[in-house]
This record gives sequence, C-alpha cells and structure tokens, in this order.
Amino acid sequence: MSGTAPVELERPEVEDVVVRDMPWVTIVWNDPINLMSYVTYVFQAYFAYTRKKAEKLMMDVHQKGKAVVSSGTREEMERDVEAMHSYGLWATLQKTGDT
Amino acid sequence: MTTGFRARHGVVSATFAAEEARVIQGLIGELVELIRDDVPAPSAPPEDTLAALVGHLGSTEPPEDEVLARLFPNAYHGDEDAAGEFRRFTEHGLRDGKVKSAETVLESLGDPAYSDQVTVSLNPDECQAWLRTLTDLRLALGTRLGVEQDDEDLWTRLPADDRRRQVYGVYVWLGWLQESLVTCLG
Repeated sequence: MSGTAPVELERPEVEDVVVRDMPWVTIVWNDPINLMSYVTYVFQAYFAYTRKKAEKLMMDVHQKGKAVVSSGTREEMERDVEAMHSYGLWATLQKTGDT
Repeated sequence: MTTGFRARHGVVSATFAAEEARVIQGLIGELVELIRDDVPAPSAPPEDTLAALVGHLGSTEPPEDEVLARLFPNAYHGDEDAAGEFRRFTEHGLRDGKVKSAETVLESLGDPAYSDQVTVSLNPDECQAWLRTLTDLRLALGTRLGVEQDDEDLWTRLPADDRRRQVYGVYVWLGWLQESLVTCLG
C-alpha cells in the first residue's frame, strides 16, 4: 500500500471494522469418531491453513470441545459449514459473539 | 492382510485381501442404501411453482436415523428456521456427494470375486473419495455402536463372540486404514 492520508482523517475503530467485515463464524465441534490427523488434514486442505495453524485448531476442537475455524459473511460461512459436512466434520455457523 | 496405503513416486496405492475388499464393499453398499432410501420428501407444496422451477428441494427436518443425523447435522444451534432453510438447500447435494464418493471407491476396488487380492492405485480425486468415504463409514459404525471419547477398553473387554466387538474391530481397522491414507497425503 502506498500514498499518504491527511493527518486529520479520523481512523475507524478497529473493533468496528472487525465486526462489520467478519460478522459470522464457522465452528467445528469435537466428536469422538474423526481422527485427529484427518481433522488437521481437512483444515489444511480446505482452508489452506499451515500445518501449525491446522494442528492448533484441531487441538482446540479436541481439548476445548470446539474451535472457530473461519469468519466472514453469512453466505461464506454457510459454504464453509457445507464443506465441513461434506468432509464429515460436525460444524455450525453463528453470529460473532453468539456463544 | 493389507499393509495400508503407501505413496511411492507420487502414486498412492494399497493391496487388500479379497475378504477385506468385500468387507469394504459390503459396508459401502449399506451406507449408500441408507443415504438413498431415506431421501426426505420435499417440504414445498406441489403448487409452489418457484420451487418446481428451481428443482427438487429437500426437507427442512433433520433425518430421524441417528447415522443420517450425524452425516447431515444441523448447521445452526438454536435456530430451527435457519437450520431448516440450510438443510433444504444443501442436504440433497451433500447426499449426492457422499454417494458419488462411495461409488468412486467401489469402482476403484473393482470386482474381487475372482482373485485373492485387490490392488488399488489412486489419483488425487480418488484419494479424496476414499478419505471421505472412510470417514462416512466410520461415522456410521461409530454412531451405531455409540462410540465415545477414550472408551477403547469398553469395547475390547467385550466377549470375543459379541457382535459389537467384531463391529468395533472393523471400525478400528477402517481408522487405521484412513490414518495410512492421511499420512500419504500429508
């Protein structure tokens, strides 16, 4: 990015930006059947996450019972949930903060 | 006995005893039957011309069968309307996808009736079909058995002639097979 902005321009609150741009999340829930290696593989293959990030999310699912695996618009999250179901993972979507 | 999947020179392959191939084929046959036979009736009334134009829309209700309910879970917690709408527009496609993967696995196994063993060599699409179908078979068996986290001892303590112990053995074997395939792709 390049260019200069007038110094007096008010910067938007970061939190507002996050809420506006990422209002929905996809959550993957723990299940006793799917292999840990397979869940990690799915996170890498579908979301193109690094192995490290995929393993961290998988461990969160395994140990905490669930993990937020992606965020975006409602339509994007419905696509992600549908993809997770096609892989056999148990996933839901919800508005950010609705926990 | 198969030694699982191996990757050599970019080709993923496995050799199964005919009996092992028949076990996989039998389970897939049951899975496909379950997914196909229980296709929910469309929830839109016949006079709904928009639905007729769009095509066959599915039910908004979760499947009653426990395995199908696990394969096609609700996408929303605590919002039945949203969950129903999601299901109406996605479940048919998801069912078709699972059946298609299962059929790809069956095709790659061929007909083991006339040989002692079957060797499968998988292209990337076939690897994906095997991964997903092994998952669906394990979800089906695990759900029927009622498998829970860290309950291996419960199953291995059952008498050897207990049907559930035999089914659990197949479930564990499918997991081991899937692990070998994931390792090839990792």
